[in-house]
Amino acid sequence: MAGEKFTITLEGHGLASGFPHERVLVALERAQGFGQLKDLPLKLPVGCRRGGCGVCRVRVTQGDFHADPMSRAHVSAEEEASGLVLACCIYPRSALSMRLETPVVIKEKCRKAAQLSEEETSWP
Amino acid sequence: MAMTGVLRPGFIQVRVLDMPAAVEHYTRRVGLHQVTEGADGRVYLKSAEEFDHHSIILRRAEQAGVDFIAFKVAADSDLDSFEKRVKDYGYAVDHVAAGEQPGVGRRIGFTIASGHRIELFAQAELSDPKPPIHNPDIWNLEPHGMAARRFDHALFYGPEIEKVLDFFTTVLDFKCAERVDMPDGLLAIWLTAGMKAHDIAFVKHPEPGKLHHLSFDLENWQAVGHAADIITRYDISIDIGPTRHGITRGQTIYFFDPSGNRNEVFAGGYTYYPDLPTRTWDETQIGKGIFYYERQLNPAFLSVVT
Repeated sequence: MAGEKFTITLEGHGLASGFPHERVLVALERAQGFGQLKDLPLKLPVGCRRGGCGVCRVRVTQGDFHADPMSRAHVSAEEEASGLVLACCIYPRSALSMRLETPVVIKEKCRKAAQLSEEETSWP
Repeated sequence: MAMTGVLRPGFIQVRVLDMPAAVEHYTRRVGLHQVTEGADGRVYLKSAEEFDHHSIILRRAEQAGVDFIAFKVAADSDLDSFEKRVKDYGYAVDHVAAGEQPGVGRRIGFTIASGHRIELFAQAELSDPKPPIHNPDIWNLEPHGMAARRFDHALFYGPEIEKVLDFFTTVLDFKCAERVDMPDGLLAIWLTAGMKAHDIAFVKHPEPGKLHHLSFDLENWQAVGHAADIITRYDISIDIGPTRHGITRGQTIYFFDPSGNRNEVFAGGYTYYPDLPTRTWDETQIGKGIFYYERQLNPAFLSVVT
């Protein structure tokens, strides 16, 4: 892939190579395919890859990125500002460091869903 | 006329995070046409193989997922009789005025035990493009993209699907074509209002009101292969396939729209008659039921929804 290459550190698991126009999750999937990510609790959590389902959530601890829209059912605007994002919706602008923060507990998702504005998902 | 009451799925309203990306996906890739855009920004789409005004509504929102599915009934008077039956069953019914969506008559709506909103309508204007009806060619407008022929069905995830099954069969006169029974109870149901193997399906899930996928009918297995070529060419996020479902026997691909809503394109499936028995699956063969060739569920099947 053309363009500058950035090192993406998945803390505790290994390194991936990312590119400015490539979703970070895609870089992580490729690194997993090459065996570069060790000791994952599970296979790397991958869902819709387009910001809707929330399973690839990570916390970016270092570095710059830009982001596509992601579903507020899984990441609030405040959380996004603090670096909690969906890996499928971010693109690196520098080397990045992050850790997995996947919403493994479905109960937690239910609690969050209930808290979200009724207005947004209820129709009419 | 043998078919009365609820005829078929009419339209589904889907929430999207990025409207231009969604419109490009559903028109240029899936192969639909944009009919119009409403004053409130909702975008109305249809296949050139469909007569009614639209079958897909896209609504820009901060969360992906589904607002509701609407079924078409045979006559306007059916709306009154179904309203009475739904109310007698114990669910509240609300009214949506004609014209709330362009080209669509009055609707009634109600929320079922799984948390999903269901609507019924009887009247829709025709819109272009639509199939010719006098000395009709196969198509007037050459198919494009995946060449979706119609919005066919949806699979919803939510709790209390035993109640959903009872409601659809006793109040809306659907039949259960297939079901999956696990040791801890009913897991999934495929329901039909007509002669397709399914018009709507439900899988048990703790969160209410979730969308697993909306599905488009393709002409044949060759078209499913062409859709797979498009998915790779345009870097559309793939879930699984091309493969086949044991349940309904459809030949299928699951993929995701730009907001993460799962789409299916499929071909085939058996014909259902209302006198046929319900086909059943148990925990030993559920993998084959869902994905006939892989013979196991992929990790996303039960966990990735919007």
